[in-house]
Amino acid sequence: MNSCTHYDVAIIGAGMSGLAAGIRLAHFGKKVCLFERHNAVGGLNSYYSLDGRKYDVGLHAMTNYVRPGVKGTPLTKLLRQLRIDREEFALCEQKQSRIAFGPQGEMSLGFTNDFAVLEGGVAAMFPAQIDGFRRLVQLVRTHDDVSLEARPESARAVVRRHIHNQLLEDMLFCPVMYYGSAQEHDMEFGQFVIMFKALYLEGFARPFEGVRVILRVLQEKYRQAGGERRMKCGVQCITARGDRATALVLDDGSLITADHVLSSIGAPETERLMSDQLEPVGALSDVCVSPVGRLSFVETITVLDRPPAALGWGDDTIIFFNDSAQLHYEQPATQVDPRSGVICFPNNFDYGPGRDLPEGWFRCTCLANYAQWANLDEEDYRGDKRRWFEEVQRSALRFLPALASPDMLSRATVATDMFTPRTITKFTGHFGGAIYGSPQKHRQGRTALANVYLCGTDQGFLGIVGAMLSGISMANYHILQKGK
Amino acid sequence: MTKDECKQVVLDIIADIAPDEDLSNVKPDVRLRDQLQLDSMDFLDIVMELRKRYNIEVPEAEYIQLASLDSSAEYLTPKFNALAAGKG
Repeated sequence: MNSCTHYDVAIIGAGMSGLAAGIRLAHFGKKVCLFERHNAVGGLNSYYSLDGRKYDVGLHAMTNYVRPGVKGTPLTKLLRQLRIDREEFALCEQKQSRIAFGPQGEMSLGFTNDFAVLEGGVAAMFPAQIDGFRRLVQLVRTHDDVSLEARPESARAVVRRHIHNQLLEDMLFCPVMYYGSAQEHDMEFGQFVIMFKALYLEGFARPFEGVRVILRVLQEKYRQAGGERRMKCGVQCITARGDRATALVLDDGSLITADHVLSSIGAPETERLMSDQLEPVGALSDVCVSPVGRLSFVETITVLDRPPAALGWGDDTIIFFNDSAQLHYEQPATQVDPRSGVICFPNNFDYGPGRDLPEGWFRCTCLANYAQWANLDEEDYRGDKRRWFEEVQRSALRFLPALASPDMLSRATVATDMFTPRTITKFTGHFGGAIYGSPQKHRQGRTALANVYLCGTDQGFLGIVGAMLSGISMANYHILQKGK
Repeated sequence: MTKDECKQVVLDIIADIAPDEDLSNVKPDVRLRDQLQLDSMDFLDIVMELRKRYNIEVPEAEYIQLASLDSSAEYLTPKFNALAAGKG
């Protein structure tokens, strides 16, 4: 049979970037189909149900929040490009967050959606550095971070030209890295700028019902624009003739053809689809040019019978912590590195008077080593998960006000869950459990095939707003702008 | 189509792609970019919407013609009229 379905554009992966690209392309009359292997959309930012509860994965907060009326920022661009009214996301702002360093978090820098708070904190804690800090901020503000032609430069090197204090440097890098860096120790400066703006100059917000609100809006826009989707239907391989993709082989063995293929699944993951080998191979480096990311994470999720504030924990939204003399943003030698991490309290956004999440949530994220989780047998895996759950939570507690009694947390706990690097690979297909993908980004989204482009994590715009903008930019740049 | 109608077409498109902009006092002879917060992504959308809604093609080299409402009307009105004549 040679009547296989043909699309103008096939999009691999229905995460934030694939959905955003799909909306653009469908809106402008392209025949588009999204192919998603999982049964739910969202990719790295999704949710799942367990015992009648909905758990968010990925998203702690939507970054890049700006108030209505502020223009020219990523959030505004995104809303315009996708024809979304900002009311549809119903974003509620964070209360306040902090960066806590030292064995008990003695050194603390607070920040909110008002940049003056962070600036004031730096001035008070590091008076000798405030002028340099302001110069750095000025540089960040004027840097063209969405340029598709930027030359890579070390962010550490640029920051050190302005800030000469290792503690302050590490404190500033900690949230920026934890919320988006695929690279160990350092970042590319353009990526640092994107994240610095997203976290500090703009800010955090969350819809009352979490990430599913955003996904619902995106799916609805996509459907209205006439986009098609096929769930539980991944792409096994991309066949090519010369330098062009000719067809996609789907998981069920059927074939589809497309003029353009936009892949949101990651650079090495896409390269594997373009290689001739259908079976996963021993050495990925044989078929993948892009390195697989080395950074993965675990997250513990604790559901409480009361809001976290009722445990005496205050109303901080997100706490980035590190107990050591230096920040070790790197692949841990052990299964998990609990020395640094992120605590998130989804209850502590300003949802409006009398509007509170029905249960308390306490989430902690730490760096993890994929290889040490990947090949465990089921029993060891469960045992290690239990052990590290306790360890991660114990580490995080050091950065929170002490509980009135030691067993208070366990008495308040009604449910727990945890994801590991193995969970990430299972549900997102990212090699190495690498949430932030490959350390080598492909700004222009080009691949070895002329009509296959990357969008999402490995194109290199970070965060969930970045992911959506990546889908938009690549759809514009490779397909719409060229009138193809 | 008159030039004024043509300006209205462009304004209606801008109202849809940038609903957060106040369009009540747009000066026809001043560059749109100088009085509204529009970037290259927004201009791409004006071009794309013209194609989608009216089948009007604006090649990339001629985007510059859409700089102001006056220049847009000057450039687009003959295209609209040629299209209408073609249909008749």
